[in-house]
Amino acid sequence: MVTPMDKIIIENFSIEYSDGVESLRNINLRIPTNQLTVLFGPAGGGKSTLLRSINRLNDLADVKTTQGKILLDQVNILDKKLDTISLRRKVGMVFARPVVLPFSIRRNLTYGFELAGVRDTTLIDESVVRSLTQAALWEEVKDRLDEPANSLSGGQQQRLCLARSLIQQPDVILLDEPTSGLDPISTLKVENSLQELKKDYTIVLVPHSVQQAARTADTAAFFLQGELIEVGSGVDIFTKPKDSRTQRYIEGRYG
Amino acid sequence: MDNLLIPGSRHQTAKTRFTQAAEIVISAIIKAMGYSAIVFVIMIFVYLMTEGFAAVGEVPLSVFLSERWYPVEGFYGILPLIGGSLLVTVGATLFSVPIGLATAIYIAEIAPRWMREILKPVIEILAGLPSVVLGFIGIIALAPQLRKLLDMPTGLTALAGSILLGLIAIPTIVSVSEDALDGVPKSYRDAALAIGATKWQAIWRVSLPAARSGVLTAIMLGIGRSIGETMTVMMVTGNAPVMVRGLQSLFMPTRTMTATIAAEMGEVAQGSTHYHVLFMIGLILFLISLIVNITASAMVFRVKKRAERILS
Amino acid sequence: MNNSMAQPAKTSKKRMLIQRLAFAIMSFVASLTVLVIVLIVVYIFAMGYEALSFEFILSPPSDGMRSGGILPAIIGTLYLTIGTGILAVPLGVGAAIYLSEYASDNQLTRIIRIAITNLAGIPSVVYGLFGLGLFVLFLGFGTSILAASMTLAIMTLPVIISTAEEALRAVPQSFRVVSISLGGTRWQTIRKIVLPEALPGIITGVILGLERAAGETAPILFTGAAFFLPQLPTSLYDPTMALPYHLFVISTQVPGMPIQIQFGTAVVLLVFVLGMNLIASIIRSRARARRQW
Repeated sequence: MVTPMDKIIIENFSIEYSDGVESLRNINLRIPTNQLTVLFGPAGGGKSTLLRSINRLNDLADVKTTQGKILLDQVNILDKKLDTISLRRKVGMVFARPVVLPFSIRRNLTYGFELAGVRDTTLIDESVVRSLTQAALWEEVKDRLDEPANSLSGGQQQRLCLARSLIQQPDVILLDEPTSGLDPISTLKVENSLQELKKDYTIVLVPHSVQQAARTADTAAFFLQGELIEVGSGVDIFTKPKDSRTQRYIEGRYG
Repeated sequence: MDNLLIPGSRHQTAKTRFTQAAEIVISAIIKAMGYSAIVFVIMIFVYLMTEGFAAVGEVPLSVFLSERWYPVEGFYGILPLIGGSLLVTVGATLFSVPIGLATAIYIAEIAPRWMREILKPVIEILAGLPSVVLGFIGIIALAPQLRKLLDMPTGLTALAGSILLGLIAIPTIVSVSEDALDGVPKSYRDAALAIGATKWQAIWRVSLPAARSGVLTAIMLGIGRSIGETMTVMMVTGNAPVMVRGLQSLFMPTRTMTATIAAEMGEVAQGSTHYHVLFMIGLILFLISLIVNITASAMVFRVKKRAERILS
Repeated sequence: MNNSMAQPAKTSKKRMLIQRLAFAIMSFVASLTVLVIVLIVVYIFAMGYEALSFEFILSPPSDGMRSGGILPAIIGTLYLTIGTGILAVPLGVGAAIYLSEYASDNQLTRIIRIAITNLAGIPSVVYGLFGLGLFVLFLGFGTSILAASMTLAIMTLPVIISTAEEALRAVPQSFRVVSISLGGTRWQTIRKIVLPEALPGIITGVILGLERAAGETAPILFTGAAFFLPQLPTSLYDPTMALPYHLFVISTQVPGMPIQIQFGTAVVLLVFVLGMNLIASIIRSRARARRQW
């Protein structure tokens, strides 16, 4: 049954790369709207692959076969005729390492508008302020917007990347281990931002630790070697997981 | 365009549609440009073939393989020319490989940083020297000196050509070998040092063997460069198409295939037998360079190639 | 096992000696090479320095080419270099963009790379032959700037493609991924990020390629170069004088040519070529300092 509360519905989704790495087998998952959904599990489980399938970034990789559907607002985004450019504006992404473009801070943010041909300077300037505020970075950079983005610290750069992903007001934000290289304070800032953001956005997060998953998840899905083992609410999964494999992973028996 | 859209139209702008159309056109143009190299190689080959093979009909094989090159009287023996090219190339290789390799090893493994900053630009300067300038130096300075030193009737000999060609080949050998040596993982060297090898032993027994394929590539490219050189040899080897007979020919004038084409092309009538034979020689040169390059490419697979370009 | 403990002092002295010898030989050879190169350049400059004057550079030859200046040769080389650039740069950079950004790793791509390598290795005189046959004769352009430039352009193509591709590949892949994830197309990504960041490297490669084209004689021997031209070329279909060809003729085929003019011509050619080398080096080091990655 499809409820209007599910932003993304993944149906029988399988994907295989040419070299057989990180494939996914028969994934069925619903991502609720305006919540923070966490995809967690040991390395090689396919979590990044799933993330990159949602914004069709996998098109850049060497994919052998894809099966099943991924529905975003009832539209199957795996359709070959899909306008992937609009898709990627509707679904923003933050990567594991902060990748700032070789531009100024401001241009890093407005780059998306540049690509889209948006020229309304009032809209753009307001968006810059808004997105930096949402990423808890505005106060720190408001006087330095024209400086090169790589003059920021690692934590600041990652928050800039977060702001960059927000600026065109997507519906969904995908984050792939966004805090893996960051110090605890920056990590906390990012996690707090996400809690604020989920009121307006649907967030899918691959955490870099089980603890982060437990801290942030409204819904959590456990992946193991390309299969979805278990899904549940954040509270349930981390206190009373149904599958023993989930249990053992959470307890740190393997990873 | 029948694009499947997602509800939420603020994400689809007019520019997007235009962008996607432009994308297709531009991709097609760029793709065509990418194929251009193949097109040119084929063009050159075909052209050389058509003009060169006409000679096959006009000149019997026995004449080709004779030892007399005197086109005015119909003698089209190319053996002296091939011999000349080989002689000069072998000499150049004997000269350039030890020097080039030693310099490359020095730059890559031994030299202190400040030395490297001097050496590399100077080698680049040598690489940039036009061959006609080196030929000029050969005529003005090298040949007279050789004549005096070795008491020969003339300094315009295969030896002069070999020396200059060797100089020309050195930058190629140095830069490609240096790249190969740089590409050897530092861990190899460190491992050798850790078990008590001296720095030199680490170079000689570990780094060099590891860089073997790159060094061989460098040598092949150097050889290719030497065979193909025209102006320097034309100016300095005396332009005498005589058969090569042993080591002493090194001290006598000779003529290479490349110099023959350059020297005689201006005087031939288009479509004449001489014309076709010159194209045939060009075809031979083309094929030689093809073989050298394919062999060198086969040896490379991972070593970066810096053949004629120096960009670091 | 105990024997090896007794040996160390002797063998390590011997090994150190070998090392010292080897290092000495290597550094000697390298230094000698540098010395010879510097000597050659200095020699030419020293001998040709006297011939240089404004008159030499800015006026045409006179007295049967035996005195006066070499202006037409300088201008001719300029024309040819620019012509080569116009033809080879767009095609070369385009091909490089194809190889770096569009081509997948399949058999066709490998063939293209082999073709480029082969173009790079073809002797310059064979290019001259090809240019003669195709451009001068078959297409009827005659001995002209056009034919010579086209010949030089094909010869320069592999250098430009190689260096441009290297410069493009050096740009981090992560930039491209980010750009796509923000809704950019492949061409937008190239135009806005990859190409601008690769530009210094591409320009350096172009300059080095053109430097080589400027110094080459064999490709222009039968396709566009002339020795004795009373007037400067006025159209693309005219032949032209050129510095390398000029040096070749006056040093081998003109009896009684004053030696200063020969050296002077060599100096001018060297300045042209080495000057381009210098500019390329400067661009390269400044770009590296300013890089934001």
